[in-house]
Amino acid sequence: MERMEPRARSDAYGSRINRSHSSVLANIVPWASILAASLVPVFFIASALPLLAPLGFAMLLGWRLVRPGLLPVWAGLPLGLFDDLFSGQPFGYAIFTWSVALLVIEAIELRMPWRSFSQDWLTASAALIGYIGLGWLLSGGEPTVFSLVALVPQLAISVILFPTLARLCAALDRLRLSRWRRV
Amino acid sequence: MAPPGSRRSSYSRRAQYNLFTGYIVAGIGALLGMILLGLSFFQPTLFGGPRGAAQDAVSPATETAARVRTGGKSLWDSVSGYYRAGSKNAALKREMELARIRLVEADAVRTENARLKGLLGLLDDERPPVAVARLIGSTSTSTRRFAYVGAGSRDGVRVGMPVRSPRGVVGRILETGYSNARVLLLTDPESVLPVRRASDDTVAFAEGRGDSLLRIRLINLGINPLKVGDVFVTSGAGGYYSPGIAVAIVSELTDDGGVARIISDPAATDFVAVEPIFEPEAVVGAATPIEEELGVDEPAEVIATPEPTEAAD
Repeated sequence: MERMEPRARSDAYGSRINRSHSSVLANIVPWASILAASLVPVFFIASALPLLAPLGFAMLLGWRLVRPGLLPVWAGLPLGLFDDLFSGQPFGYAIFTWSVALLVIEAIELRMPWRSFSQDWLTASAALIGYIGLGWLLSGGEPTVFSLVALVPQLAISVILFPTLARLCAALDRLRLSRWRRV
Repeated sequence: MAPPGSRRSSYSRRAQYNLFTGYIVAGIGALLGMILLGLSFFQPTLFGGPRGAAQDAVSPATETAARVRTGGKSLWDSVSGYYRAGSKNAALKREMELARIRLVEADAVRTENARLKGLLGLLDDERPPVAVARLIGSTSTSTRRFAYVGAGSRDGVRVGMPVRSPRGVVGRILETGYSNARVLLLTDPESVLPVRRASDDTVAFAEGRGDSLLRIRLINLGINPLKVGDVFVTSGAGGYYSPGIAVAIVSELTDDGGVARIISDPAATDFVAVEPIFEPEAVVGAATPIEEELGVDEPAEVIATPEPTEAAD
């Protein structure tokens, strides 16, 4: 018995003997990570241009596309409500766009159940560009050409950052399903 | 990854209802979002209360981050100060000598000013700031340029108060929470500030363009008198800002004025001061419709002058 490979009875989520998943962690990680991502941009002082990707929305897309079926369709309502408190857009913008985005992704998934990551990236990029562009139109201020040009770096950063966020979601998913609990 | 088969909810009536309710709630969410969005367009300050409370809740974290950020910046400054320290030191010494001479001259001008004002019977009261605090955060993903300052209604900060750094104007308070307040930065597309050229009395409006620059719109049109490098300061019109605070430097000329860079970049400042409103009476006067002020029943023919520092959220 001692000569056996010690990891023979474990998988990517830990030992399969005497250990089980933590149901609290398994349920809370996706929601908590999206809330945290909504909060992160507040810490940066961006006085000139919008420079940071809309991390909360990108994280929502990441969870939705990397792990379909984990977040319910109505998740945009509570999560968007939280994002609206910090984003600086007029109140209700995130509730509206996040709900619509989840419904649209649901429809896309109905058409294309089997997708590669590049397709997911395309979906997420379209959603992010739409989200930022609509935010420019519905910011409460007058949409000018100058502020549209100023969006370009943010758009580029958002699109480029999405694969990293998707990997982060995957890593968090492994953490979520680790067998922490001793039974 | 392929989706799990949860959409095909089998024969279980409960699972089918759950799925259906999910779609209904999502639809209601979108609708509710649209209604709230419409409401906040017409009443931008309607949700200021929840926003302020949410910022209050996270302000311990944002305060700490701001402290670390300003500390890190000064550390970097002291490290980079060693680069070519000798020649820099000599140049600074020369500059310092000149500055001392100018300072003495400025002292003379100040006493002269005080004497003249005394002759005219003008009061020159020193106005202490309401609060001095760090900039603790900003809306760095939104098209709008808001910042949060770590002083709120508990410190006596009220809506409309100007915010400045040692270098110049930063913005104006838009909403107050208990321990923080939201600042409309100069670069926001909705920010309009009455300014004048520092060298003479060419008056203009400095409007945020949303891309970190300000548009200087001259009030008296004609031959554009501006030159690249002109410094604009607050004119005091509108009653919010006290006159003579640095605002922007012209970097490019246009037909009706110019494009200017802000002098006080909020991202580079450690502490900002929230100052009392310069002339509260003027602010109230500007907010009162002229018909009401004149006591005329039918609206009179009024030439619409741009509201000085009008800012809808």
